[in-house]
Amino acid sequence: MIAQTPARSLLRIYTLEARYEFLKQLRMPAYVVPSLAFPLVFYFMFGIALPHGSGGPFDIPTYMLATYGAFGVMNVSLFGFGVGVATERGQGWMLFKRASPMPPVAYFAAKLATILVFSLIMVSALFVLGATAGGVRLPAGTWFSLLGVLVLGTLPFAAFGLAVAYWAGPNSAVAVLNIVALPSAFGSGMWIPIQMLPPVIRKAALFLPPYHYAQLALHTLGLDRGGAVPIHVFALAAFTAASLLLAWIGFRRDEGKTFG
Amino acid sequence: MTRTTPFEDDRPVAELRRAVKRYGAVTALAGIDFEVRPGEVVALLGPNGAGKTTAVQLLLGLARPNAGEARLFGVEPRRAEARMRTGAMLQISKVPETLKVREHIHLVSSYYPHPLPEREVMAAAGLDGIEGRLFGKLSGGQRQRVLFALALCGDPDLMFLDEPTVGLDVEARRAFWTVIAEKARQGRSVLLTTHYLEEADALADRIVMIGRGRVIAEGTPAEIKSRVVGRKIRCRTALPLAEIAALPGVRDVRRQDELTEVFAAEAERTVFELLSRDPSLSALEVRGADLEEAFLTLTNTDNPEEVAA
Repeated sequence: MIAQTPARSLLRIYTLEARYEFLKQLRMPAYVVPSLAFPLVFYFMFGIALPHGSGGPFDIPTYMLATYGAFGVMNVSLFGFGVGVATERGQGWMLFKRASPMPPVAYFAAKLATILVFSLIMVSALFVLGATAGGVRLPAGTWFSLLGVLVLGTLPFAAFGLAVAYWAGPNSAVAVLNIVALPSAFGSGMWIPIQMLPPVIRKAALFLPPYHYAQLALHTLGLDRGGAVPIHVFALAAFTAASLLLAWIGFRRDEGKTFG
Repeated sequence: MTRTTPFEDDRPVAELRRAVKRYGAVTALAGIDFEVRPGEVVALLGPNGAGKTTAVQLLLGLARPNAGEARLFGVEPRRAEARMRTGAMLQISKVPETLKVREHIHLVSSYYPHPLPEREVMAAAGLDGIEGRLFGKLSGGQRQRVLFALALCGDPDLMFLDEPTVGLDVEARRAFWTVIAEKARQGRSVLLTTHYLEEADALADRIVMIGRGRVIAEGTPAEIKSRVVGRKIRCRTALPLAEIAALPGVRDVRRQDELTEVFAAEAERTVFELLSRDPSLSALEVRGADLEEAFLTLTNTDNPEEVAA
């Protein structure tokens, strides 16, 4: 059989898929408000407005720029990816997409692009807030390396969100993600500097992926606890790989047994 | 205007061969065979739970058969070249609500090599005037029409319509039939599932009746109707059941309390036979058998042991 060259443009499919995914999320206050506003409000309250003794080991507004930035990207990724996929899987929309001639990668690429853009917007807003109200001063290169590390954090948490989307039911994905995300954000020192947490939590934090992520962000500011960077990177890479594997098994399972 | 396709011959555009699908202990399809040929409108007709949706899912590559095979345009249904010639309207509860009707159609159209112009899709699916509305703001009937538009917009050679008119009012249903009939006239193939005999009759060139995951009957609407839409004769008679069952055109007979129920292809002839054999026959009543009853009689004659279970 002669392979017919399709007249459709893959580039156009990827672009449109990403554009409409972004629009779709942007029109959802239940996603936009928590992902964009929460990190900004928390940062303002705990990082800037709350008076802290000067002469501490580090400048709080600068320190928390990294940790709340990390918290924000984690939220954007977990909820943007995980809840989106879980919902669309539950409603049968995923079935329609799978039956359509859409290249499957386009669906996930669009979701990844969307959370990257949301992360960029959120982190940029946080930087503006820090530089103005927080009086944070950093060398230009440091702003960029912090931004880079923060935005790269979308990958591990999007992968984890995806795994949850395939293994938790469509209605319980939000609950599961909240139960996992909030305590681990706290335990990883994203809300309160890790040094101020009880020793038990400080030890346990080593097993929390968000801790390694936050430490990498702090490292760009020279404010990390001094752990080896390769260990943080390895921990996050292993977490990403395990999540993707789980998601992949779930995806394959869907192929044989459809949902709902 | 028929387009040239790689299949100028009469090879089926969709086929299931001895396909078996089990979900845990439940057997949804127990070895099913049927095909859709180019330009043909085939209706899969059956009661709820008959396996219609499962058959569609196998053909769309959404699920894999446990045994047997599913083919779309002669290849494995997951292949992109098969999917680019296929459009599907599935029974799904929701489409993302924060995109507009036009945006949904724009996106899905981009998946296909030769999509229909937007204007044509809107007109055919009856979406004129609501193109700019968010999906979440639409009524149930409007949502149904958007799902139809999504199946249509790629101008596919083969459309799968899974219970397309459930929840639509009579007028909308007729409008829908008109569009499907028009597509068939243009040489497109359609596989639709329905549990309305009327719908299958109005649209299909061929009806495949399924029940309990098997093909029970297959033929033109006229053939199926003569087999299925018998009449139900109810009367009080002393004739033995075996004698009634042996009458020509009688498909099934049963006795409940004092009353005898006879399912017959031609009621007039059967009533005449009954009366000539039993002049004391009384309480005569004749009415159309509905589809559920028709299925029962068919499965009764074909698989008596299953019905008893």
